[in-house]
Amino acid sequence: MRLGLVIDLDTCVGCHACAVACKQWNTSGTTGPLTDISAYGAEPSGVWFNRIRHYEVGDYPNNKTVNMPMSCMHCEDADCVTVCPTGASYKRKEDGIVLVDQDKCMGCNLCAWACPYGARELDPVDGVMKKCTLCIDRIYDKTLDPEDRQPACVITCPAHARFFGDLDDPDSEVSRLTRERAGQKLMPELGYKPTNTYLPPRLTRPVPTADVRRKSLISSVKEWVNQAIVR
Amino acid sequence: MHPALSVIFFTVLSGAGYGLFMLVAVLHLAGGYPDASGSELQTQLAVALVLITIGLMSSSLHLHNPRNAWRAFMRVRTSWLSREAVLAVAFYPFALWYAWETRTTGGDVGQVGRIMGIIAVLLAGLTIFSTGMIYASLKTIRQWHTALTPANYLLLGLALGAVALVAIHGWFVGASPLLAGIALALLVLAAIMKGIYFLWIREVTGPTINTATGFTRAPVRILDPGHTAGTFLTREFGFDPGRRVIQRARLGVFALGFALPILLLAWVLTGAPVHWLNLALLSALAGIGLERWLFFAEARHGVMLYHGRQHT
Repeated sequence: MRLGLVIDLDTCVGCHACAVACKQWNTSGTTGPLTDISAYGAEPSGVWFNRIRHYEVGDYPNNKTVNMPMSCMHCEDADCVTVCPTGASYKRKEDGIVLVDQDKCMGCNLCAWACPYGARELDPVDGVMKKCTLCIDRIYDKTLDPEDRQPACVITCPAHARFFGDLDDPDSEVSRLTRERAGQKLMPELGYKPTNTYLPPRLTRPVPTADVRRKSLISSVKEWVNQAIVR
Repeated sequence: MHPALSVIFFTVLSGAGYGLFMLVAVLHLAGGYPDASGSELQTQLAVALVLITIGLMSSSLHLHNPRNAWRAFMRVRTSWLSREAVLAVAFYPFALWYAWETRTTGGDVGQVGRIMGIIAVLLAGLTIFSTGMIYASLKTIRQWHTALTPANYLLLGLALGAVALVAIHGWFVGASPLLAGIALALLVLAAIMKGIYFLWIREVTGPTINTATGFTRAPVRILDPGHTAGTFLTREFGFDPGRRVIQRARLGVFALGFALPILLLAWVLTGAPVHWLNLALLSALAGIGLERWLFFAEARHGVMLYHGRQHT
């Protein structure tokens, strides 16, 4: 089993709800707290397992905004585990989830150095490394309804841009989406074999604008009046 | 990469210590140590061990949870940091045995002492190599992910050790052409190696913002990193002092680390007072310290691609 996320960059609207849901669930979960530093100050900072960045792809007028949420990729060949001197970082054989045993971590930062995806963040208060657990305390919780046994970020996504499942199972939804939508891995040249997959934006037909009606006299007057009135 | 002072102190001091220990032990055991006296050998080895110990203690300062530092010996099979820790500790019993026998016999060590010394030399070399491999094994930082990294660590450690060796020898006996020659050769070699390294990292290779985001068909620019203030990632990996500072630091490395010690050594060889060797040692320490700072300041971590860098 190789559990992971598939993220649809076509439908992601970049609302950061997944990051907030992640923070809310995990700060009180088994790996919490996700410490905040000067949360109400001028420069708020803190530990997040999930961060969303926004990019412009292509040049105007052929450009496009892409929102890219990033959390741990749960790599098959995870260097963060290889470099860890204490054995605190480990990858579960049964489902491929990469975890940190906080009782063993000595806070040397080397695993964060080995991660190109920025998935690991040091908690400056606890002095240990923290990272996405794929909500391991949710997905195996038998007391939850089956549809709730998913990572918090997946459940909360209002655009339904996040999918969770077993990428080793060719019939799972995540495998099917990866296949049909030509799912991409980030920085594949480093050879970490990330599990999380990104679905590139679909090619959509442009909205036709040629047949939009030209301005009439009355609509121009209305527009002028609308701007002239001080409300 | 953020240059942590504790790591700079650790790698420079313990590198110099291991280098000094290796040179002293090899010259002594091979019978080539010029005007060897028990008290001088004893001082040389003591200085080496003190430098190594200060360095190792300094290395634990960058740990955020030092309570678990003992666990660093647990993953020798995969982690170079673990290997370094084990080798560094394994070095002590052999080195102390050899140093103790040198002290009690006045330099005329027996068969067991010789074997202990040889093993200590091997472990010292392997420890510096492991330190270099910690950095060289990181695929995320192309400036470090090269065979030149462990080679630089080894050569710079040996060169610093050689300058310390000549300087301390100067306190006891005076200028020795053999030791000064070794120091000169190692400094020149290390300088050439560092020059190759700077040339090597000039070529841009590895991931770009395009492969990082998966959009290889068009230029990619960052619109917003998603946070208003710094994060752990920007603080740890975003350090960039700027081109001018880096250029000046490189000049400083070559001037203080290599050129001045080489000139002073050559000057002393042609008859200048021996105490100039102390300045050579100080200059080399400052220059190699700057080199270690630069090693971090010039490293560009792959995660910065997600924060807007076009290439590493």
